[in-house]
Amino acid sequence: MMLRISKYSIFFFALIIILFPRIASNISAIEHYPDIMIFAGIYCLITIGLSLLMGYAGQISLGHGAFYGIGAYISAILTTRFGWNPWSCMVIGAVITSIVAFVVGAPSLKLKGHYLAMATLAFGVIVFIIFNEEIEWTGGPDGMTGISGLTLFGFPLNTVERYYYFVWGIVLAVFIFTVNIIQSGSGRALRAIHSSEAAAMAMGVDVSRYKIMVFTYSAALASVAGSLYAHYLNFVNPSSFDIFFSIKLLIMIALGGMHYIWGAIIGAVIITFLNYEWLHYFEELEILVYGAILLIVTIFLPQGLAGIPAIVKHWFRRTLSDGSR
Amino acid sequence: MEQISIAGQLFQYLITGITVGSIYAMVAIGFNIIYDVTDIINFAQGEFVMLGGLTMVLFHVSFQIPIIIAFILTVMGVTLIGILVDRLAIRPIRQPSVLTLIIATIAVSFVIRGAAMFFWGKNPFDLPAFSGRNPITFYGAVIQPQYFWVVGFLIVVVIVLSIFFDKTITGKAMKACADNADAARLVGINVNQMIMLSFALSAGVGAVAGIIITPISLMEYDRGAMLAVKGFGAVILGGLGSFPGAIIGGLILGIIESLVAGLISSGYKDAFALVVLLCVLFFKPSGILGNIEISKIKRF
Repeated sequence: MMLRISKYSIFFFALIIILFPRIASNISAIEHYPDIMIFAGIYCLITIGLSLLMGYAGQISLGHGAFYGIGAYISAILTTRFGWNPWSCMVIGAVITSIVAFVVGAPSLKLKGHYLAMATLAFGVIVFIIFNEEIEWTGGPDGMTGISGLTLFGFPLNTVERYYYFVWGIVLAVFIFTVNIIQSGSGRALRAIHSSEAAAMAMGVDVSRYKIMVFTYSAALASVAGSLYAHYLNFVNPSSFDIFFSIKLLIMIALGGMHYIWGAIIGAVIITFLNYEWLHYFEELEILVYGAILLIVTIFLPQGLAGIPAIVKHWFRRTLSDGSR
Repeated sequence: MEQISIAGQLFQYLITGITVGSIYAMVAIGFNIIYDVTDIINFAQGEFVMLGGLTMVLFHVSFQIPIIIAFILTVMGVTLIGILVDRLAIRPIRQPSVLTLIIATIAVSFVIRGAAMFFWGKNPFDLPAFSGRNPITFYGAVIQPQYFWVVGFLIVVVIVLSIFFDKTITGKAMKACADNADAARLVGINVNQMIMLSFALSAGVGAVAGIIITPISLMEYDRGAMLAVKGFGAVILGGLGSFPGAIIGGLILGIIESLVAGLISSGYKDAFALVVLLCVLFFKPSGILGNIEISKIKRF
């Protein structure tokens, strides 16, 4: 498990974020990539939280699509029906989602493994049904249109490039904040919970408190991501928040490597590009491809893509020591 | 038009609920067979049901194979897929933690669903009812002949499985693996073979459920997920690993769902069944037939 994340790598990450639209806009084949990267950034916010929950605390969630949806719908309903300021909607969305996560999470997280997976899955399906059925509020399966865009200090975020920097700025801030959590005492407590709940408890770690904290934190991040999504697209409908999406989040985490916080970023970016760009021509095969990716990663690359350097290093070292003998 | 009495209406909901509940019970039995031997909850359980229905349509409707032969071929085919799932997806996993196994079975469910969509497309398929579609009217309730087949097959499946687990050496060996895999290995039971057999059996039961429900509710490629969640609801309601619990849990869930759909709102019937699942999980995770310790009821 990756314990230290160097300042240089974060600096390098920031540099790529800044330079990417400049480079992309000069190459006509990938001109539209910054637009896709906005969605990737939105998904990164969810996967960073989910990676903390699954990879570091060892708790599975198949219902984060629901928290994402709750954030998006709260922003959509409050701005279109009541004309509220989008920023306050985003905050209210995060607060309400946190409360929902706490209420659902407190009893759920006492459950383990399969029970937790099914409880979060059931929660996700229930929320999805509510989005579809409460037509008066949510517009039902047709969704809602006319959600206003965002304006930052009188500066409208109305171009792809502006929204790109805004979203990835948030991703970078959340990433650094989460890395700090991982490297603090709380991070060590989380890893202890993952290795053995009983041992962590014996060492005086308040297991249920930590689990609920991480669950709520990841849900709040998903809610903010939902708000960002609604304000960017100016449109929401239930199909963006179904179980398939929750499973896609799981695939992002597994592909990137759930024990590495970098894995959250790598997985989210790759799956987003698969979704919006590369799988475009194979729409019929989409589910099959996702299933195959998840299965292959689980069997052959349980550490995910972010774990490859460690495997290579290990292999290299072994070969070297064999050679010197 | 003839006025339907409230009692007749309730009776109707009860009949429909028992039919749907029988299917949930069979999915739940499938979950339990695999869980008992391997401690895995197979998230792809619903896909076996979907495959059963669609394969039967392929054999019986498209290829015009007589119903009994098509039935046997379908169950054998889906059983084979169950074996493949164990061989190709579950056994190769090197560090089988609960988290990895959940992810692996989810991946399997996607692969099966994706392949089914590629093969059959997105449209639902119909299957002729086994003994026609002339409904019987009974105390104001309309009963399709297929309903009897569903309940009948549940009874047959339960009896056959009970005999298998209680009377045959193989069945007893499987039960031994469920109790203690290490001890079973010590007395010479091939645990890997038993795990494979549990996937085969569970897929077979799923296929039967899929075949008998298709004439009532049609079948399409993405039906599996919801069936799995409901089936798991039945498992939890009855207590994880309990055979009679699965049947009672399935029937209760089916009846609740049918009553909600009829009396409250059909859009919320699925949500209601899941709220019941969540309530049981939160307040009595050992289920209604469960003891205090879940592991204590981990036998048939």
